Amino acid sequence: MAEATQQASLDVTKIRDDFPILSRKVNGKPLVYLDNAATSQKPRQVISALTEYYEGYNANVHRGVHSLSMEATDRYEEAREKVARFIGARQSEEVIWTRNTTEAINLVTGSWARSNLQPGDEVVVTEIEHHSNMVPWQMVTQERGATLRYLRLGDDGKLDLDDIDTIINDRTKMVSIVHASNSLGTINPVKKITARARAVGAAVMIDGAQSVPHMPVDVQDLDCDFLAFSGHKMLGPTGIGVLYVKREILETMDPFLTGGEMVLSVTLDGADWNDLPMRFEAGTPNIADAIALGAAVDYLDNTGMDNIRRHEVLLTGYALSRLREIEELVIFGAEAAEDRGGVVSFHTSDVHPHDLGTYLDQQGIAVRTGHHCTMPVMRKLGVPATTRASFYLYNSEEEVDHLVDSLKSALRYFGHG
Amino acid sequence: MAKSDLDDLYGDKILEHCRSPRNHDRLVDADAAAHTVNAFCGDESDVQISVDGGRVVGVGAQAVGCSINQAATSMLAQATEWVLLDDLASLIDLFRRQMKGEDLSEWDLARLGDLAMLSSVLNFPVRIKCTLLPVSALEEALESVGTG
Repeated sequence: MAEATQQASLDVTKIRDDFPILSRKVNGKPLVYLDNAATSQKPRQVISALTEYYEGYNANVHRGVHSLSMEATDRYEEAREKVARFIGARQSEEVIWTRNTTEAINLVTGSWARSNLQPGDEVVVTEIEHHSNMVPWQMVTQERGATLRYLRLGDDGKLDLDDIDTIINDRTKMVSIVHASNSLGTINPVKKITARARAVGAAVMIDGAQSVPHMPVDVQDLDCDFLAFSGHKMLGPTGIGVLYVKREILETMDPFLTGGEMVLSVTLDGADWNDLPMRFEAGTPNIADAIALGAAVDYLDNTGMDNIRRHEVLLTGYALSRLREIEELVIFGAEAAEDRGGVVSFHTSDVHPHDLGTYLDQQGIAVRTGHHCTMPVMRKLGVPATTRASFYLYNSEEEVDHLVDSLKSALRYFGHG
Repeated sequence: MAKSDLDDLYGDKILEHCRSPRNHDRLVDADAAAHTVNAFCGDESDVQISVDGGRVVGVGAQAVGCSINQAATSMLAQATEWVLLDDLASLIDLFRRQMKGEDLSEWDLARLGDLAMLSSVLNFPVRIKCTLLPVSALEEALESVGTG
């Protein structure tokens, strides 16, 4: 029955045809790629966008009056508009290209936080942040004499919001939270947290690295000031990421990196900053990958983010029910598939995650094992590492079956009996 | 095919050490102890040694982590006990050479004892570091008793 509904939302077989890598074999077995939270595979349309740029109109942007440069600039800015529309930004100037989510967050801590945090101020993140939304805040709060506070992870794999009114208070200047956890899969109630942040006048940043690729995300609906995400997790190339900043805030921010492209005029005494968003994009940008990210956004739009989300909820629900057949597994994160992104993290004390990862790799299955850059989460769960399967639009129930069968045989293989 | 690759990696000897680690008890009143962590995966190795008359007279070794790390820790402890400190340095060197993929003579392989079984890990390059974690701990311990 689940399969029938799934068929209705996405034609997985047809989608898989767009991804050349999915037809290859790994260790003699058909590739089962379940490491999408680390990076997604790329459809032919995205790969073509890269070669079309390099073969057809490779030139630097925003300079030169020659045709190639203008063509490249048009396509590059068109990609920015696509991304802006995709996340519900009011203007494309609110979209700043970065290398990835990490750089986007560092832009906020390096620019906004440096001029807005005073001694005694507080910043709130959660215990389940990826290191990329924890370490930059640890650094900048320390530098500014501010305090970093954490919303706690409850025993049910969800955030414990009982003391939200104490943690987010009049001293809070910024609430920066992960939308969907990369290590547990839990989707956080960001709107509830944002509402509390608004009540005390704090700014809000959302780490959308694991949500923007997988579900409809609208910055107006979330009511956030900043949204950070990476292109490579949403069918795009590596090396291109996005920071959305609400225009009113962006206009007050100092540049992060300085040099060429971000200035309007330079004299020996100083410089005037360029218009938005170029003020935040020093140097020759990552033109090809931005354009290819535009192609990825087209692909996601055509498939429909609602359809992708529905497919992943069904597939995650199926995976959870099949994995629960295996008694030896402890499955982390929220119980219901609706409360998760397409991520299932589990542990067994019988086999170490790295042994499991090697075993599954021999069966052609790619999963991530380790702490997933969330060491505080691992400490809280009391495990050194977990095994994580993460899904995307091209994954199928057959692949989940293969994972479950292989896990069962791995347990037998390493069995201490 | 895949199965036999796996069997090559997790040979019986490795799984056996993993299930029944040697010298697993923590050595109390050790002359030196060291703890190493692989920050990438979180695996840990602990080694304690007692030295008398230029010889290792007691070893304790505990591992937290994957079976390769656990087996390597156990095998290393086994290979270390009652060895002269001078010989131990060359044994460690021999093991490191093996894990770099050097061909060793039969005589050298015999010296390594069970540690020679870890050459199977060479086919899985990402796991080689798992075998070296206890070695770093042992070297650190040796250094603190002034023999490194």
